[in-house]
Amino acid sequence: MSGITVNTKINGDPVEFICDADETLLDVLRNRLGLTGAKEGCSTGDCGACSVTIDGRLTCSCLVLGAEAEGHNIGTIEGMANGEELHPLQKKFIEHAALQCGICTPGFLIAAKSLLDKNPDPTESEIRFGLAGNLCRCTGYDKIVRAVQDVAKGMRNNKAKRA
Amino acid sequence: MRYERPTTLKAAAQMLAKEKGKAFILAGGTDLLVRLRTGFIDPDLIIDIKDTSGARAIQKTATGFKIGAAVSGAELGENAALKKAWPGVVEAANLIGSKQVQGRCTMTGNLCNASPAADSVPALVAAAAKAVVVGPKGKRTVPVEEIPVGPGRTSLKKGEIIESLILPKRPPKSGDAYLRFIPRTEMDIAVVGVGVSLTLDGKGVVTKARVALGAVAPTVVLVPAAAKAIIGTKLDKAALDALAAACSAACNPIDDKRGTRDFRIKVAGVLARRAAMIARKRAGGK
Repeated sequence: MSGITVNTKINGDPVEFICDADETLLDVLRNRLGLTGAKEGCSTGDCGACSVTIDGRLTCSCLVLGAEAEGHNIGTIEGMANGEELHPLQKKFIEHAALQCGICTPGFLIAAKSLLDKNPDPTESEIRFGLAGNLCRCTGYDKIVRAVQDVAKGMRNNKAKRA
Repeated sequence: MRYERPTTLKAAAQMLAKEKGKAFILAGGTDLLVRLRTGFIDPDLIIDIKDTSGARAIQKTATGFKIGAAVSGAELGENAALKKAWPGVVEAANLIGSKQVQGRCTMTGNLCNASPAADSVPALVAAAAKAVVVGPKGKRTVPVEEIPVGPGRTSLKKGEIIESLILPKRPPKSGDAYLRFIPRTEMDIAVVGVGVSLTLDGKGVVTKARVALGAVAPTVVLVPAAAKAIIGTKLDKAALDALAAACSAACNPIDDKRGTRDFRIKVAGVLARRAAMIARKRAGGK
């Protein structure tokens, strides 16, 4: 089978890769590009461990073909921290112990960032619905919800200070 | 397996018609990729229609809304004009899956997947939506309820693709609603789903109505008897009782792990009543 050449941007950098027609974006990221932050959980779009953004839109990379990435901007967990400086969500997840085994964490962080980008002041219920596509079998979700609430609060305070 | 991304729907339809092996259309992929990954299908060709013109557009026209086949649930939810005109259709589409799934899933895919439990389909049927079908013999427009013919089966012929869905322009004082029963609060498949669309006159009397049920028969069903039960009424108790009875009578459900036959029959009536009340409120009735 001849491969398909795909030109895309990942975390802002132009990337070219070759993949098979039936290969998912998740497999391309992990197996061809060495970006192993996105995890394979269920492979059927239920667990959210493979969450990425495509042109800023949250999606499961297990439900996208690698070939579909042509001409689009992909955002992965590897692009979340600013160099050595962790994103506020990453810091608060550590502070609140919002993870245990860590498999779901990259997906939760991507989904939580996507939620806060659209809604900087979510209610607890909005956070829980917004993150319903991410499964965690360790934390019981409470610590994750509290970490996201804490980040949202910090973002609002910073905005108020600047104003 | 080969992957093609044509830029016109005509070209896509030709590829589909010519293919000797198994070919599938890809828009959002939230059903197709699952079936591919679990080995349920083994395609020779996947035709991605997202780059075809109009596939990702929601157009407001003189006669209503035209929604491209690849418009995602999230995009529907962000379109204020569509949400205002057809809140029931948008809320039904937005109930499908998670935020991640919403980023990709489409109503046209939901329709073509032909699940009796598809959330957007009862709302589309209640809304009298039509599907624009492109094929080797040109274009045809068909009521959405004629697309699914059984679980996983559609009336589309070889080489035919749905280009867009058309939602009609609404008369004043119209409203629609969709409700479903699921045992959880999110991320589940309807045990029963009910779509109601209605129009009121100046006195609050229902002049037009359509009622559709999901997950209670091999396909989503339009229930004319349920509409008849509320047309000419102000949705008083007797009318709502008649609506519920007509919906329950139209059910031919299965027993499965998510709900028994008796439960589905009962809940169809309960949800129809509640959906009608929401639709009336949205139509400006009290």
